[in-house]
Amino acid sequence: MSAREEILARIRAARAGETPAGDGARGGRPLSGDDPWARERGYRTAGEVHGPALLDLLAERLADYRAVVRRAEPADLGAEICAALRRRGARRIAVPPGLELPALPDGVEPVAADGLAPAALDALDGVVTGAAVAIAETGTIVLDGSPGQGSRGVTLVPDYHLCIVRAEQVVHLVPEAVARLAGRGTRPLTWISGPSATSDIELNRVEGVHGPRTLEVVIVSGGGH
Amino acid sequence: MTYLGMPPPVRGTGHLRGRQPFPVAARRALADAQLRHNLGNATQTIRAKRARVVAELPDWEALRDAGQAIKAEAIAHLDSYLEQLETNVTLRGGTVHWARDAGEACQIVTGLVSATGASEVVKVKSLVTDEIALNEALAAARITAVETDLAELIVQLGHDWPSHILVPAIHRNRAEIREIFLREMDGVDPGLTDEPAALAEAARLYLRRRFLSARVGISGANFAIAETGTLCVVESEGNGRMCLTLPQTLITVMGIEKVLPTWQDLEVFLQLLPRSATGERMNPYTSMWTGVTPGDGPQEFHLVLLDNGRTTALADPVGRQALHCIRCSACLNVCPVYERTGGHAYGSVYPGPIGAVLSPQLTGIEANASLPYASSLCGACFEVCPVKIDIPSILVHLRGQHVEAARERRRPPSPEAITMAAASWAMSRPDRFAAAQRASGLGRVLGRGGRVRRLPPPLAAWTRARDAPAPPERTFRQWWRDEHGDPP
Repeated sequence: MSAREEILARIRAARAGETPAGDGARGGRPLSGDDPWARERGYRTAGEVHGPALLDLLAERLADYRAVVRRAEPADLGAEICAALRRRGARRIAVPPGLELPALPDGVEPVAADGLAPAALDALDGVVTGAAVAIAETGTIVLDGSPGQGSRGVTLVPDYHLCIVRAEQVVHLVPEAVARLAGRGTRPLTWISGPSATSDIELNRVEGVHGPRTLEVVIVSGGGH
Repeated sequence: MTYLGMPPPVRGTGHLRGRQPFPVAARRALADAQLRHNLGNATQTIRAKRARVVAELPDWEALRDAGQAIKAEAIAHLDSYLEQLETNVTLRGGTVHWARDAGEACQIVTGLVSATGASEVVKVKSLVTDEIALNEALAAARITAVETDLAELIVQLGHDWPSHILVPAIHRNRAEIREIFLREMDGVDPGLTDEPAALAEAARLYLRRRFLSARVGISGANFAIAETGTLCVVESEGNGRMCLTLPQTLITVMGIEKVLPTWQDLEVFLQLLPRSATGERMNPYTSMWTGVTPGDGPQEFHLVLLDNGRTTALADPVGRQALHCIRCSACLNVCPVYERTGGHAYGSVYPGPIGAVLSPQLTGIEANASLPYASSLCGACFEVCPVKIDIPSILVHLRGQHVEAARERRRPPSPEAITMAAASWAMSRPDRFAAAQRASGLGRVLGRGGRVRRLPPPLAAWTRARDAPAPPERTFRQWWRDEHGDPP
């Protein structure tokens, strides 16, 4: 018997003669839609905070985990990005394909970074990306690798990550984000809540270990749309 | 269907049992004042953090109920969810391997690494690879395994052993960590201070070039989604992202019980786990990947599904709920026994209350007979468990199994078992009970401050590890008779 057959047979034998609860078919059902399971969920699945209050909550929770947070109106986004890069003193910045950026300040060179080897990424001063979804309650940004977000390595190796989050990408709760990402789940996803951190020494939280040590987020308000 | 050809149950092998029984190992740990101080500080901090972020959610209990229900569903149909997972991982370009026990899993992983020609691998912290003693197996094949989680690095460089599920170096304070780094880390700044930020920076510098040149990464998995074939790793430092993203080859080892039915299930567990584990609303980084993505991350992906005693635990209707565990470690942090003895005394990579029910089930009770007694049954673990595992009931159930097993082999059972059996004999008939109670009243002279520190043989074994309350002068039955006369 192969290990596979043996383990599966043991699992079946372990419950032989029992009538297990559940239908065993949940894995086969569609990702969304009229789902009996969904009606049993007793926890919050619909956001309770909206509009400007939602963006305020996101800003507060991001800052709580030591991300640097900026707010911008759509018309001011370009200026805000330039100001952030100048403050950082960044000269070579990774810009993923598909990200529309305004003119960068003098002396800042955009680099098409996808496909670069890790050592080459390490030589960059930072990366600018968009996002797929942001969760206000937990202060989390999710990248799914679609245009404007870069590959996983590009947002990992450079020490500075500037992330642009637009109002329509912000949800209140984790279940809302999981629902938005359904179907995109086969892309590689990275959920980011603040800069890298560790609590391994006496459970003291220290920000900045292997991932980018500075996470700066520009939250772009809805602009009245 | 019959399973007449079924080999005997799988006994988990690897780092699942200590060299000494719990009471012996615990006595050594209790004598270490520094250890008790470090543990007391750490567990107190993490308990407060967890309580704060759990209190923020108005629907925490509903999330726990959902977590429990989803895990029960996954375990009830484990075979079909594992087959779905295998199909979906394979469809997306991954390769799935199955391993009956630790030895087989190590052989698979070692073979895969050897095939790449790499002599060094970078590892994300993973309990299951500790369980199967993978680092030792790799070393035997002349492959260096570099632990990249800060706490695991501290443990590895200190030639030490993890003592906590989440914070493996919880038993070390900053001064001890500084000494280990100065002694063991090549190229470390001799002026290193014991500031946590400075220590973290030293680890960053030490590991960075290893990440950038690594050809093979090895990880565990927090969750695997049957419906999509997606694997999920939850972490803080970014070492996980490094190992999961930069190498050309990724090998993930996971226990078969980690599978979840659907994508949507993540909405529950990504709330339960970080709040229960590190006491954060969300951990800094969560990575999810499905097979291989062209142009992004490892282009070769292997998933090793491990049994190592899990199917044996599955056959026990009471014990199997231990397989619901999501390794958050909240039960360790609230356990009065763990807080005093630390993790090493449990002898297994799974310490604390969950370890006391998981390890004996994976190895078979006879190999870990003392662990189910390493608890006062206070129930704090059950109360904080994010998936509502009734650990106290499983502990009692396993104690019963141990007594049965000892009886079958006609071997003298443990002092606890003898005491329980004596209590059962005395309490099953009123006359015996009354006689026993009167006899114990005589023992009151032994009491100091309301506690009996040493009982005479054969009960001495009971008080070796605990005080017994001094018996009252009158038993309840004597008091009742004095107040109300003889019962009808």
